[in-house]
Amino acid sequence: MTDVSNHHVPDRLTTPLQRTLRSWESLLLAVAVAIFLLNTFASPYFLNAWNLSDATFNFTEKAMIAFAMALVIISGEIDLSVASIIALVSTAMGAAAEVGVGTPGIVLIGLGVGLACGAFNGALVTGLGLPSIVVTIGTMSLFRGISYIVLGDQAYMNYPDSFAWFGQGYVFWVITVELVFFLAFAVIYGVLLHKTNFGRAVYSIGNNPVGAMFSGIRVKRVKFILFLLTGLMAAVASVCLTSRLGSTRPSIAFGMELEVVTMVVLGGVNILGGSGSIPGVVIAAFVMGLVTFGLGLLNVPGIVMSIFIGLLLIGVIALPRLWNQFRQARR
Amino acid sequence: MMSQLIKSREAILLAAILGLLALIASRFPAYVEPGNLVNVFNDTSTLIILAMGQMCVILTRCIDLSVAANVALTGMVVATLNTLMPGLPVVAILVIALVLGACLGAVNGLLVWKLQIPAIVVTLGTMTIFRGIVFLISDGKWINAHEMSAGFKDFPRMEIAGLPMLSWIAILVVVCFVVVINRTPLGRSFFAVGGNPNAAVYTGIDVGRTQFLAFTISGMMAGLTGYLWVSRFAVAYVDIAGGFELEVVAACVIGGISIAGGVGSVAGTLLGALFLGVIKNALPVINISPFWQLAISGSAIIVAVAFNAQSSRTKGRVILKSAEQTA
Repeated sequence: MTDVSNHHVPDRLTTPLQRTLRSWESLLLAVAVAIFLLNTFASPYFLNAWNLSDATFNFTEKAMIAFAMALVIISGEIDLSVASIIALVSTAMGAAAEVGVGTPGIVLIGLGVGLACGAFNGALVTGLGLPSIVVTIGTMSLFRGISYIVLGDQAYMNYPDSFAWFGQGYVFWVITVELVFFLAFAVIYGVLLHKTNFGRAVYSIGNNPVGAMFSGIRVKRVKFILFLLTGLMAAVASVCLTSRLGSTRPSIAFGMELEVVTMVVLGGVNILGGSGSIPGVVIAAFVMGLVTFGLGLLNVPGIVMSIFIGLLLIGVIALPRLWNQFRQARR
Repeated sequence: MMSQLIKSREAILLAAILGLLALIASRFPAYVEPGNLVNVFNDTSTLIILAMGQMCVILTRCIDLSVAANVALTGMVVATLNTLMPGLPVVAILVIALVLGACLGAVNGLLVWKLQIPAIVVTLGTMTIFRGIVFLISDGKWINAHEMSAGFKDFPRMEIAGLPMLSWIAILVVVCFVVVINRTPLGRSFFAVGGNPNAAVYTGIDVGRTQFLAFTISGMMAGLTGYLWVSRFAVAYVDIAGGFELEVVAACVIGGISIAGGVGSVAGTLLGALFLGVIKNALPVINISPFWQLAISGSAIIVAVAFNAQSSRTKGRVILKSAEQTA
């Protein structure tokens, strides 16, 4: 028998400070700061309040969707139809503007269509029990397809002047309306995920849906609400994007779903569900925005930037795993 | 036995395609003339080839979203090679396309195998990376028909027994996959890994290695399609086959490949691709604006997956009975 009392048994393996320092969020924050510094040295135009303010447009719309998408992915599902919801919402708003509906009416119609799209996804996933990845690949074609049927090769451009406020307005000095929306939604979703019963339910569903069901969580209802929220946030993003562009074409926001998913995964959300945080997504949004903006200042074409985004996505996930494998191999 | 055959997914899909053809033929008989059906098949060939590779990947519980970008990259590389060395024989180009495609697929496979990164994340990343590399190679410029050599462009159009080479290659690919999927240990291991990865490990199958091979095969098919696509349309540019990866996944899903892995067949995949091909080619004939196509294929995916889920649900209830019957 060994004397247990002689052994020093720590009551926790790491201190809170160590845990914070080793967390995904701090790694990401370090990356963000590094990119910021690199940008500052690389281009003399970077450190300019107005330029930085313009840079926020690179990520605010995507990030708004990414908050809701983070919850969906944490719950173990995915929604690939968000960019198509943007197109359909934008088409509906354009049609409404065409017949002379005022700005509040346009926005309400947009939000309504977004909720309807989310409800459609949610009903197929929870009601019929279909895998969300396939359902939303289908609705991705369907929603954008409806936009193409309505618009064809045409465009809606007759938006009222007051509609421009969402995407082109400033609240105070260089602070754009979109940036305020982004920050407000960051707080709302942060509280929803980290401080409410609903948020805890989302985590438990992602970790073990059957266990969650047996512990009294209405799994299907929670998932349905998550798809509703994603539809709603896609609609909000659509209001901002349409207002910023001032026109609607069926190809609007094409491929944005992948950038949103990239942002969420970069933010440390496990693509298989069960873990992740809103602060992580916020930092990831800044990282992606800074990378694309900084490269843009250096005259790098958009498609080459996408190489960096792709490498970033794989790199940030691969490097910690490689590091772990390396450490285990040394032991 | 007979009722099983009638209830099988492939039979229902086949009936749906024939019904669709009959419906179109009732108003536009020219559509079902052999000459036109050959055209429809030829037009669907690239989708069939890609769907076969994607099937292997989905069977192992993964997904390959990088196939369309792989098509664009290999297509651009072989087209560039052709402009630099017009004398290079088509056989050499085919080999280069297959090898390059397989290498790109292997990159996906290695990341999934060695680093255990989820396939959807890996291929999402490589998709944008491959597309970006096409831009870097081409500098955003197009390679047009007059810059390609005659032999390069003519190969997919060569007719043998009334069927263009492109169609023959698709048929050859399908035959190869029938053999590989149904008659080789590799084919069995795809199903084993997708059906139950833990059990697969205990039977001595390396799950990661099997997934790696599936990705390599998918990449190889994408490479082959890259050359065929570029030479058939006689043009290579950055956005070739943009968004085509989702059509490929759709063909598999409609064909009854379960996205959860382990369930599916070559015949189903073939029929799923043909189903999309028939619709795509029928739209201009029946005077529906091509703008409808996206919404129709989206609806087809949703209906197909809902239908598949329904049929697998009933199967789940009687699993013991059917097991006794087959035993």
